[in-house]
Amino acid sequence: MTTRDRAADPVNWPAGGGEERAVGARRGAALAEEPQRKRPTDRGARTPAAPDGLVLPRMSPMIETDCLTKRFGNNTAVSDLTLRVDEGEVFGFLGPNGAGKTTTVRMLCCLISKTSGDAKLGGYDLGRAGDRTKIRGMVGILPESPGLYDDLSAYRNLDFYGRMYHCPDGPRRESVERLLRMLGLWERRDDLAGTFSKGMKQKVAIARAVVHDPRVVFLDEPTANLDPESSKTVRDFILELKKEGRTIFLNTHNLDEAQRVCDRIGILKTSLVAVGSPAELRASLWGRKTVVHLASVTDGVLAAVRGAGPRSVEVVDGSRLVLDVDDPDRDNPAIVRAIVGAGGDVRFVTELRPTLEDIYLRVLKRGAAGGGAPA
Amino acid sequence: MRLGDSWTVAMKDISTFRRKSYILYSLVALPVVLSIVLPGSLLFSGANGSLPASTLAQVLQSELSILIMLAAILPSVIGSYSFIGEKVEKSLEPLLATPASDEELLLGKCLAAFLPSVAATYVGAVLFMAISDAATYGRLGHLLFPDLDAAVILLLAVPFASILSVEFSVIVSSRVNDIRAAQQLGSLIVLPMVLIFLLGETGTLSIDPLHLLLISGVLLVGDVALAFVSRETFQREEILTRWK
Repeated sequence: MTTRDRAADPVNWPAGGGEERAVGARRGAALAEEPQRKRPTDRGARTPAAPDGLVLPRMSPMIETDCLTKRFGNNTAVSDLTLRVDEGEVFGFLGPNGAGKTTTVRMLCCLISKTSGDAKLGGYDLGRAGDRTKIRGMVGILPESPGLYDDLSAYRNLDFYGRMYHCPDGPRRESVERLLRMLGLWERRDDLAGTFSKGMKQKVAIARAVVHDPRVVFLDEPTANLDPESSKTVRDFILELKKEGRTIFLNTHNLDEAQRVCDRIGILKTSLVAVGSPAELRASLWGRKTVVHLASVTDGVLAAVRGAGPRSVEVVDGSRLVLDVDDPDRDNPAIVRAIVGAGGDVRFVTELRPTLEDIYLRVLKRGAAGGGAPA
Repeated sequence: MRLGDSWTVAMKDISTFRRKSYILYSLVALPVVLSIVLPGSLLFSGANGSLPASTLAQVLQSELSILIMLAAILPSVIGSYSFIGEKVEKSLEPLLATPASDEELLLGKCLAAFLPSVAATYVGAVLFMAISDAATYGRLGHLLFPDLDAAVILLLAVPFASILSVEFSVIVSSRVNDIRAAQQLGSLIVLPMVLIFLLGETGTLSIDPLHLLLISGVLLVGDVALAFVSRETFQREEILTRWK
């Protein structure tokens, strides 16, 4: 199945949810590998197929965009973005500075208008004036900068936003207290936000984004410039939000963070360059590589391996074979049998796993070389 | 339109103003100084004894128009902070992401600048009138203030001048990124009020109820005109992408 096929395919891809589930899932990610191909579109996470082949009902979409475009004068910030994020999903949005991530979030939060295309949040249409207020009420946003009121206490900051989102008094107070306790700031609740460290401010800002119990949370670089301990607290908090079933849209440059918390990842460079779960992206863009560690690689072993079906074979240090395979579950046993049959001594077999950073850089490099979707 | 949202924004802003010393000083110092120094310098410089009682009363009544000027100065100080301060602290984006409409947010911001300014102006008016009455009661044999002039100034001209200044602050805030620059530009709205004061002081313009009503009417027309301009300026997308 080609990228074009996948883009046009109304059926969605495996939901990912861990690398083990994605074994052999080369189809999982959409990528603009060739300029002439249709830009990748994302129809969201597909509920995994049942063993008997029946496809279970899809999760309901929370965010849906169709050719969403934003231009500022002659400058196109976001081009033809087609995306689907399901309810309860953590979706990571990666891309270099100026790729259009923040503009996308601002459009989806009804802060700025779209130039063309369509988008829906929770079934509400961004294009309808009446729906925009409803959308703003159901989303929470953490912008790039915490943007707290330094002259108000942490409690007052959160209380103010609870009021602005029309939370009743009782639940609002409970929500503020729960969030401040969760983030370890309850004892400092009456301190002015201006006296807080950067990490503490960021925690309060994240609490502000969810104080009204939103269904969708947009987080723009939530751990940027935080120390490792604060970053971990924030990441754990995001995972808590995920457990609560919220849909999370995470803009980040932190690939490690994206890999840890996101169900799926989209790579944006004005338009969507690739999308899928980390495992799907890895499989799609990097292939499946098996490493066989041997006592030594002989010509006989090499010939036997080549005959066993890998797409490519590379010898490293005279004792390791790096094999590009289509389906490790199917191919690896045959390869090992071939090596043993040729008299090779197999010490162990591993899988070479690229990091998300490897994938990200490869995707952007392809884009820069003309393979990606231009603006 | 949910007025509760506007009120919430206004109360939040007023809470933050309480911790801004320069706003507090402006709110306290300007009314006190103008309301005490102006009549005080006239009454205690010898003019109290040398001027005929009717002339003294006329001078003090014309000086009361300083309150219109005061009502325009104070919002330019507060309003500039209210809008530019949020830009500087980068707190506008989460505020704009709330369900409140542009009108509700704008009204809240305007109330935050308007209410303390008018309250401070009224405090200044009470001081001005109390000092004037205390110093002239013996000679005039009756209380000079409050009179019809004061009523028109305080009930019409002062709020209208204050609203004009607030709206001008919104427009200025959309074009500058620095609180001081916004305050300096915003204070330009005071110039017409200064002119009214000077014309009254020199006797060129008679400060009487009819003229004060006319001045109030002109201010009201200005309020309505600037309301449209400031409303057009205060739109989410404009604020996020074009406010400099």
